[in-house]
Amino acid sequence: MAKTLESRLEVLKTYKLYIGGQFPRTESGRYYIATNAKGEKLANVCLGSRKDFRDAVVAARGAFGGWSGRAAFNRGQILYRIAEMLEGRKAQFIDELMKQESTKVQAENEVNLCIDRLIYYSGWCDKFQQLFSAVNPVASSHFNFSVPEPTGVVAAIAPQNDSLLGLVSVIAPIIAGGNTCIILASHTKPLCAVTFAEVLNSSDLPGGVVNILTGKVSELVPFFADHMDVNATAYCEGDAVTQKMIKEKSSLNVKRVVLYDKVKWADATGQSPYFIMDFQEIKTTWHPIENIGGAKAGY
Amino acid sequence: MIATKTIPDFSSPVHVDQVGIEERASRFTKRSIKNETKVNGLKLALNMIDLTTLEGKDTDGKVKQLCYKALHLHDSYPGLPTVAAICVYPSMVKVAKKALGDSGVKVASVATAFPSGQAPRDVKIRDTKYAVQNGADEIDMVISRGKFLQGEYNFVFDEIAAVKEACGEARLKVILETGELVTYDKVRKASDIAMYAGADFIKTSTGKISPAATMPVTLVMLEAIRDFYYKTGKKIAMKPAGGISKSKLALHYLVMLNETLGEGWMNNEWFRFGASSLANDILMQLMKQKTGVYQSANYFSID
Repeated sequence: MAKTLESRLEVLKTYKLYIGGQFPRTESGRYYIATNAKGEKLANVCLGSRKDFRDAVVAARGAFGGWSGRAAFNRGQILYRIAEMLEGRKAQFIDELMKQESTKVQAENEVNLCIDRLIYYSGWCDKFQQLFSAVNPVASSHFNFSVPEPTGVVAAIAPQNDSLLGLVSVIAPIIAGGNTCIILASHTKPLCAVTFAEVLNSSDLPGGVVNILTGKVSELVPFFADHMDVNATAYCEGDAVTQKMIKEKSSLNVKRVVLYDKVKWADATGQSPYFIMDFQEIKTTWHPIENIGGAKAGY
Repeated sequence: MIATKTIPDFSSPVHVDQVGIEERASRFTKRSIKNETKVNGLKLALNMIDLTTLEGKDTDGKVKQLCYKALHLHDSYPGLPTVAAICVYPSMVKVAKKALGDSGVKVASVATAFPSGQAPRDVKIRDTKYAVQNGADEIDMVISRGKFLQGEYNFVFDEIAAVKEACGEARLKVILETGELVTYDKVRKASDIAMYAGADFIKTSTGKISPAATMPVTLVMLEAIRDFYYKTGKKIAMKPAGGISKSKLALHYLVMLNETLGEGWMNNEWFRFGASSLANDILMQLMKQKTGVYQSANYFSID
């Protein structure tokens, strides 16, 4: 080596967006510098724009048919694979969390919890339907049943503080239920989100099922709420003004609005099949049948 | 009629600067078109569309539905133009004509054993006459690419001239199927042959072969039209078809048209887009400009 280690310039990684299974730079060409609490530079991060969001919605819509049409069992296998890949890259996530003000123990706990959570939702992929479906008694010759079906394209703003656990806990139930999503990562702590995208990209998850953006929440929230091709919006902060704005703009195409401001992601209450049901629609089908009571063939 | 002596010798080679054409075509995509200009451009592009259905499975119902769409592109946006024409197979001309009535939207029919063109001349002429008799305002013919590639330029020329005669009042679009001609030199030569033989339009593709219309190929044809206009004083119209499904690309084509042929060609008498899904993309962009909200295909008619 020509130079000593001290005189070497460190190469800062540029954290890019994750859209449609690709890692593009932001269309806007803008960047911001993520720092730790002491103000030290951690990384260059894309400052995503509304057009990046628009592209991500196109990718998510394109991926929806294939993802929702897959066997639920196969979705479970893929979620399990994501957990496996995360396990293999644990060290990097712990390192990034520690750069962003976690202690070693906290960081290890958080990454472990993320892996366990993915396994948890992996198991639920082909089971929650049975729990929430029903055969309904009706007063005519019909077999009448109700089943949950994925809502569609979900746009979510991830928790700003639980930068990894929050992100994983929001994404996992959305995709476990067969939806596709666009997630805006934490603005101040974006490192893990983009590294998580790299995990997703190497784990059999089709491109476009999860799209991860980095950028300013205040700038992008209105578009998350009023895009006509988005079917549901999730928001994880308690800011009442933003919550109201999301609800108002979401009414335009009657989006489902889900607020997660009171959820404690690290608790046992931070995981449940009801999180999957937040992004499901109950569809009821009337299937004509022969008169069961008469028990005779009609032809 | 053009006197015989003005027709160039097609057996001599033509050369198109491939690198230059591709460079120039890519420049047209760099213009910034925003706000009112964009809205005007989109409306113009919408008005230039030949809304097309050319499937083996086309039925009367499908054609009627397409005609309804042509007349009611998006009723919640008042003041929209209609598309220029509906493009169908000869067997569907009657249905389309009846469905469109006196709306001013034209009926274009492909003919001459579309899309391969592999049929004897008398069959092609009958195909053409059938479409015209059923009320087609425009005929989209295909050239015999096999004969062209064999170097039988006279055959191709005579065939176009014969079909033109069979068209009567109907305007004739000549499809070169540039994807099968491969080189720009051949595209340029085929364009010249078509124009001298009496084409009213020259058109890139059937839409059945990939690549269909590309910007460089269209530029070669636009330049052929420009040179023909300088030589003879006769305007020829242009129709790129196939592969143009996004409004941004349509605007790039309009920029190219304006900067190559000028404003005289910037209307649907002299320029058309052969497309089916382009209309909905333009409508979604127009609604985005109007409402400020990104749109969803769910709220627009099915292509």
